[in-house]
Amino acid sequence: MQYLLLCCFNEERWHKIPEAERERIMREYGAFQASLAASGRYVAGAKLGSTQSATTLREHAGKPVITDGPFAETKEQLGGYHLIDCKDLDEALAIARRIPTLAAGGAVEVRPVEFGHPA
Amino acid sequence: MRDSTEAVAPAVEIGVVVDRIYRNESRRIFATLIRLLGDFDVAEEALHEAFRAALEHWPRDGVPANPRAWLVSTGRFKAIDGIRRRSRFDSLEDRVDEVEAIVDESIDFDGEGIADDRLRLIFTCCHPALAADAQVALTLREVCGLTTEAIAQAFLAAPPTLAQRIVRAKAKIRDARIPYEVPEPNELPARLDSVLRVIYLVFNEGYSASSGSDLLRVDLSSEAIRLGRLLVALLPDPEATGLLALMLLQESRRAARVSPQGEIVLLDDQDRTQWDGALIGEGTALVQHALASRRFGPYTLQAAIAAVHANAKRSVDTDWSEIVGIYDVLLRIEASPIVELNRAVAVAMRDGPRAALALIDAILARGELRDYHLAHAARADMHRRLGDAAQARAAYDRAIALARQEPERRFLERRRAQVASGDAAD
Repeated sequence: MQYLLLCCFNEERWHKIPEAERERIMREYGAFQASLAASGRYVAGAKLGSTQSATTLREHAGKPVITDGPFAETKEQLGGYHLIDCKDLDEALAIARRIPTLAAGGAVEVRPVEFGHPA
Repeated sequence: MRDSTEAVAPAVEIGVVVDRIYRNESRRIFATLIRLLGDFDVAEEALHEAFRAALEHWPRDGVPANPRAWLVSTGRFKAIDGIRRRSRFDSLEDRVDEVEAIVDESIDFDGEGIADDRLRLIFTCCHPALAADAQVALTLREVCGLTTEAIAQAFLAAPPTLAQRIVRAKAKIRDARIPYEVPEPNELPARLDSVLRVIYLVFNEGYSASSGSDLLRVDLSSEAIRLGRLLVALLPDPEATGLLALMLLQESRRAARVSPQGEIVLLDDQDRTQWDGALIGEGTALVQHALASRRFGPYTLQAAIAAVHANAKRSVDTDWSEIVGIYDVLLRIEASPIVELNRAVAVAMRDGPRAALALIDAILARGELRDYHLAHAARADMHRRLGDAAQARAAYDRAIALARQEPERRFLERRRAQVASGDAAD
């Protein structure tokens, strides 16, 4: 069963973290990513650009409406994701638990994948 | 010669036997069926199919030597048949896989230690990925077999709301694939808190039914104690021990707590020779064990209070200073208006009703317990002891209007009548 780990973090807070600390977190992220790949649970993943670079598209009266910014103004913003393959939620939660941004105040939403499309 | 005392009995008698087994065993059978079938709803259907088959076969073939094993195995085969039948129409590959997965599973009828299916079911129902209120509702429904109506009443919620909460929780277990497993030892402590909370609620559901005329439900309390014992055996955690102690000490007073006419008897007025000495001994030893760990919490402290009561030979021997002291520690760990109210009642015993009344009025003024009948009953009692009949009657009226349990209402009405007849102070 696949789970999508949505890594959320308050961007403003992220930029207030001292650079050395951010670098350390990113190094931990690299190690986490490597061990995840080695475990055979890894399917896909990416770090996203900041919400400042986001563009949101909606439809109104049959016409596209394009706005600057993310789809919702939230305290935490989606910053990246990992798609993993696990036997159950507990295994997914145990992997999510190791995401390095958690200790710095981040949140990880764990969502089961209902169905996917092969590449 | 009959191979079993209940074999080849008339259908009516078999019906009684099946009813009894359903009452006593159906939740355990259900828990095993979930493990074997991997789905709550499939297991529920299999459970009913199995009992239907029992009503059909047992009058002819006799009651099997191990009815539970028979019902589990029948339920499992009925479910496999059902999936096979459906797969003939669907002709889906995964249906076949589903059957293979079920058939491959080896049957474990006797939950050895950690493998107890009901414990597994409890941990799944109490999984932190489920909303807290859903955990309790689901456990009461699936583990204890309470009706949605009874659970709704306990939660002061509308039955459809409760039903929806349970359906949603089951859907999340299935869709997010919450495992049907007792957590790994390193995850256990974190998962324990909600389990303890749920077990204690189950105990209370049995110890004092939340509404209606049936004050005591023996089966649910023994069920909670059994689960508590199993949990302590599985995880020698001080709070699990404390909870078991608390349940045993409360259970020890069961016989004295209600009169033969079904009326409530207050702790002060209980015939202490009716208290169960064996349960008190076991409960007290467990409390001491939990306290000695220095890692205890609210359940252990409540058990410690119950132990002080249990070990007082007469009501007047109760060490109220000790009890107030434990309540102080309890409030530091877990501030709650109900704990404050109980502390106020202990203060009344130590310092007199006037001091307690000031505390109770302050708690009521904050509003959280405004609709809690026992807060008004306690207030009425303080006024009664102070000889203020009018205030006492008014407070009893409020308590009677709020009480949901028939015996509690009758008790409060008796107390109110005593005040009215001038028998005010004691």
